[in-house]
Amino acid sequence: VNPDLASERQTASFSVEKLTAWLDGGAEQTRMRRAVVEAIEGDPVFSRENQYFQSQNERYEAAVRKAVHLQKKMHEMGWTENGPEFKYIYRAVSGDVAFLLHRIFMRSISALGSDKQIAKWIPLATQYQLIGSYAQTELGHGTYLQGLETTAVFDITTQEFILNTPNISAMKWWPGDMGRSATHTVVFAQLYIHGKCYGVHPFIVQIRSLQDHSLCPGITAGDIGPKMNFEHVDNGYLMLQNVRVPRENMLNKFCEVQPDGTYVRQGSQKINYFTMTTVRISLISDEVLLPLMKACTIAIRYSVVRRQSKLKPGEQEAKILDYQTQQEKLLPQLAAAYAFHFTNSYLQELLNRGYGEVQKKNFNRLPELHALSSGFKATITQHCTSAVEICLRACGGHGYSLLSGLPSLYTKILASCIYEGENTILLLQTARFLIKCFKAASAGQPVPPSVTYLAAVKPGKCPAKNKLDFLHPDIYTEAYQHVAVRLTSSTAAKLQDLIQSGVKKHDAWNQCTVQLAQAAQAHCHYATVKNFAETVEKLETKAGIQKIMKHLCDLFALHGIFSNSGVFLHDGYISGAQMDMVTASYLDLLAVIRKDAVPLVDAFDFTDKSLNSALGSYDGQAYQRLYQWAQKSPTNKQMSPAYERYLKPLLHNTLSKL
Amino acid sequence: EALVINDPDFQHEDLNFLSRSQRYEQAIRKSSLMVVKLREYGIADPDEIYWFKSFVHRGRPEPLDLHLGMFLPTLLTQATPEQQDRFFMPAWNLEIIGTYAQTEMGHGTHLRGLETTATYDPATQEFILNSPTVTSIKWWPGGLGKTSNHAIVLAQLYTQGQCKGLHAFIVPIRQLGTHEPLPGITVGDIGPKFGYDEMDNGYLKMDNFRIPRENMLMKYAQVEPDGTYVKPVSDKLTYGTMVFIRSLIVGDSARSLSRACTIAIRYSAVRHQSELKPGEPEPQILDYQTQQYKLFPLLATAYAFHFVGAYIKDTYRRISGDISKGDLSELPELHALTAGLKAFTSWTANSGIEECRMACGGHGYSRCSGIPDIYVTFTPSCTYEGENTVMMLQTARFLIKSYTQVSSGQRVTGMVSYLNDLSRQRIQPQHVAARVVTVRINDPVSLVEAYKARAARLVEAAAKNLQTELNHRKSKEDAWNRTSVDLVRASEAHCHYVIVKLFTAKLSEISNAAVRAVMTELCLLYALYGISKNTGDFLQAGILTDAQINQVNQRVKELLAIIRPNAVALVDSFDFHDIHLGSVLGRYDGNVYENMFEWAKKSPLNKTEVHESFHKHLKPMQAKL
Repeated sequence: VNPDLASERQTASFSVEKLTAWLDGGAEQTRMRRAVVEAIEGDPVFSRENQYFQSQNERYEAAVRKAVHLQKKMHEMGWTENGPEFKYIYRAVSGDVAFLLHRIFMRSISALGSDKQIAKWIPLATQYQLIGSYAQTELGHGTYLQGLETTAVFDITTQEFILNTPNISAMKWWPGDMGRSATHTVVFAQLYIHGKCYGVHPFIVQIRSLQDHSLCPGITAGDIGPKMNFEHVDNGYLMLQNVRVPRENMLNKFCEVQPDGTYVRQGSQKINYFTMTTVRISLISDEVLLPLMKACTIAIRYSVVRRQSKLKPGEQEAKILDYQTQQEKLLPQLAAAYAFHFTNSYLQELLNRGYGEVQKKNFNRLPELHALSSGFKATITQHCTSAVEICLRACGGHGYSLLSGLPSLYTKILASCIYEGENTILLLQTARFLIKCFKAASAGQPVPPSVTYLAAVKPGKCPAKNKLDFLHPDIYTEAYQHVAVRLTSSTAAKLQDLIQSGVKKHDAWNQCTVQLAQAAQAHCHYATVKNFAETVEKLETKAGIQKIMKHLCDLFALHGIFSNSGVFLHDGYISGAQMDMVTASYLDLLAVIRKDAVPLVDAFDFTDKSLNSALGSYDGQAYQRLYQWAQKSPTNKQMSPAYERYLKPLLHNTLSKL
Repeated sequence: EALVINDPDFQHEDLNFLSRSQRYEQAIRKSSLMVVKLREYGIADPDEIYWFKSFVHRGRPEPLDLHLGMFLPTLLTQATPEQQDRFFMPAWNLEIIGTYAQTEMGHGTHLRGLETTATYDPATQEFILNSPTVTSIKWWPGGLGKTSNHAIVLAQLYTQGQCKGLHAFIVPIRQLGTHEPLPGITVGDIGPKFGYDEMDNGYLKMDNFRIPRENMLMKYAQVEPDGTYVKPVSDKLTYGTMVFIRSLIVGDSARSLSRACTIAIRYSAVRHQSELKPGEPEPQILDYQTQQYKLFPLLATAYAFHFVGAYIKDTYRRISGDISKGDLSELPELHALTAGLKAFTSWTANSGIEECRMACGGHGYSRCSGIPDIYVTFTPSCTYEGENTVMMLQTARFLIKSYTQVSSGQRVTGMVSYLNDLSRQRIQPQHVAARVVTVRINDPVSLVEAYKARAARLVEAAAKNLQTELNHRKSKEDAWNRTSVDLVRASEAHCHYVIVKLFTAKLSEISNAAVRAVMTELCLLYALYGISKNTGDFLQAGILTDAQINQVNQRVKELLAIIRPNAVALVDSFDFHDIHLGSVLGRYDGNVYENMFEWAKKSPLNKTEVHESFHKHLKPMQAKL
């Protein structure tokens, strides 16, 4: 191990192993996770060493190979899809497998299909007799589902639906696994019966032959081409021309078209919202938090290995993490990784409780859950995406090499800002909920627990008297709460004013959307700080860990105030003099957390293989790894045809032409 | 442009579908052609060459960049006449292809830390070049991996047992004829990167590699045959080159952001989504306030940066005349200012490009949008030619120096002259209260004053904090480090002020009334949006009141609506040709969806109807389960 990294580990103020176990939810979980990771990483089929050198075609093929091999592996290890190990498998393969949409296909049939449909399709899918996809997004429409243009017209005479792509913007576009792999897909289309439109419904459509994989009649499908990342996934397009599917292929748990064309609704569709909520929350941990934790690990380890310039004359060059500006870049991102890890735990808990209630047909908590999941999905993906980018840029030139691992982490996480609901639209959904609750609360009506604070508008000023006061969670949590209330109430007032002055409701809404989005963000920021502070408080028994977590919580909160000082200064809740105290406290904390920075990323417990980074390895041999790995690049192994074809003539013959 | 577009030799498949090796090969092919054609057409003016080159390569890097941009110019400025005779014509005729090998694996911006050594051996009159450690391996130079046969290597010069600091040496690295590396030279490509696929950024390791004494670039510093070292006259001269290159990056920030804005704004006019009014057709997404709020401030920023880039270039031209006459007085300020502006504009453009991409939703993520490419090509400029944080601290050093001068009673001139006011009128709450009313939010000139006050306050705060640290008897370096977050903020505020000032100054030069009107709107938007994003600074300094901040926020939204009708025209004015833009979403004709489909059909995964993975993996699995 590089001595620069070893020295960082000797001075840890807490037990890394204990922190890891706590993050995992117990030492038993840690043990299981490590066993799964070891089994996967020990198997050369899952190696990602060449990933950065591969073309789109090669990456796709590798992903299919791994997906197939994973089935075998799971069988061998006795892991099942419902077993406790399953969640660690995805982490261990770093998401680099095909058929992820196959699982969404199965989930959507289970959620939207009747018992009969489930009995027919699920066994086939489980056995991989067919490969499924999920075709919702179109070229012309994404988050706004009502705008989808694909049609499914019911034909009574043949008892079939006729599916069509009426124009180019109606083409299905982006669904994963659909470009090359899938044989079947769930197509979302506008249902027409007797010329009347009944809105968007799901239909199971076969798109490729089960024999030779060729496209079915009436189907045009293919890959949508290179993207910023996800090159291992064959995101596809799909065009349908008079494709007929039997009446039984419409997923009909909630609505059915009877043989005579009668449209029947059954049961509550609210459960669909619950599914959407579940998906939004579940992506946070795998697709957002893990990349950020990896990026922090790489950037922080590299920052103690790289030495640059001198802090004191005559001494060795300093580790770049000893520069305040480097700490200011990286440590808030580390704090954010922890903060959102706890937010995620909180959301999981809400979700579990919500699930229990939904099972009992109690849908009361759904609107709150839906609003919270939208807002948190938006704020967390946005925050973590820019955090990863900061880590990338904090590694200077070497961060730009794919071998640092950072570019691929970044291009992957940033997709999360778009899929499962575009972030701005999600924030506005949360804002709608906040405004509604604010009005209700002002009128003295009951509101859900997460927003009761909106009713308790307390005018006043921040009571902090010196910089140490800002290390009291009550002080900063109150400040965040104050801002969230102020932004929500002032926007509500503005909306009210506009409407009273004669502006139409929807116009008024559009004119306030910038403010509304800010209010939603402020709410989520407040909830994150509050939850972090409460989590730390509950930690009493675990000495060492609690102390460092408290520092991180303080840092997260003060960094937020420092970098959004305007909203806290506005209306004078925090005074100019107090803002200087915030800044001073915040900068002091950087130096404190600096000492534990490496142990704090070690606690995330990523193996070198899972980081797949020349800069972030546990042993800190960054330069040696970079040099050795670069030599394996295909550009160094194969003789470049460019020399013979172009360079040589250029070097020797061009003169005669000039 | 027409020369290139109509030339079939420059056509090729969409680069997005090519592997790295293929992209390198295409770039080399085009570069070779380009050199031949430039001379055929007799194009020699640097600006014309720049346009020709950027059109051939569509704004992308190419393997001969370092040869043309660094190797040849360095020969011109630092080689003796004898060396020019030996190297310049062969290099001009591309018998010699060179690169500029400065950055090492372990050191970038901090040049003094470079470890490569060049030890003079008087017995043979040679320099012995060595890469003594892994970290000393030259790493990153463009064109080094596969293309070049020579390199200008920066190394620590040792002669007569003493280290004389960094000097430049011409080092042959590959055999002329076979292109094989020379004995003692290890050279190769550094592997895949985020972008720059067509560039063979390389590594270079030297083991006791000997070059003749005459290969040290000796126009300034010299080593005589017996090993005696002769010092150069002034080292400030190299500032000039740095200023020039950093001014190019400011221009590049403007251009890259303009391209991204063009794509995002055109696409937002083409895409319809959801409903604004019940029952009406889906509106263009550019009609949503949130979308305007994402894009229009960036559009204004792109214009602002254009003017800043032009200003630095002009100033540089103006004072480079003085420099050649030996007058270096204006250089330090320009050098300090350019460092900060390079950092400020490249950071802003970097995140601005990403915001444009995000504003295009899912399709922005596809390579067909062209924005991923703009981003990955642009983002390294936050690092190269001086890491941005280090650049900001250089500007800060100048600001603090000026502040100290003012405090000791001297007057300072130029962009920092506002510091002169500080000593006379300490910013006091009472005094500030008097200022408040003077800010008129619809008057750019008044907003310049507001930015000026903010910069003054932050420079003063940083200077005082630095003094406090020093009073705690910290070492100078330690105190500086503990204040560096404040110092960077001060630099940013200074740069922001300069940009608002330059934009505002530009308005009066516009003769066409309609153009001036729309530019004034953009200038106001730029200035007001900057305030609304940094309200804390303006509130805390007492420059603006709560009520004024509310007005600023409101005015920003009004300006969005005012600019909306001109938005597409404003990006059309950038005049990017479709081929240069390289974006399906940003096409001039707006036929986005049908062309996305056409583009996707050419994807490598679609080369065969049934992908080979089906036969190799899927079918066997289905048989087994």
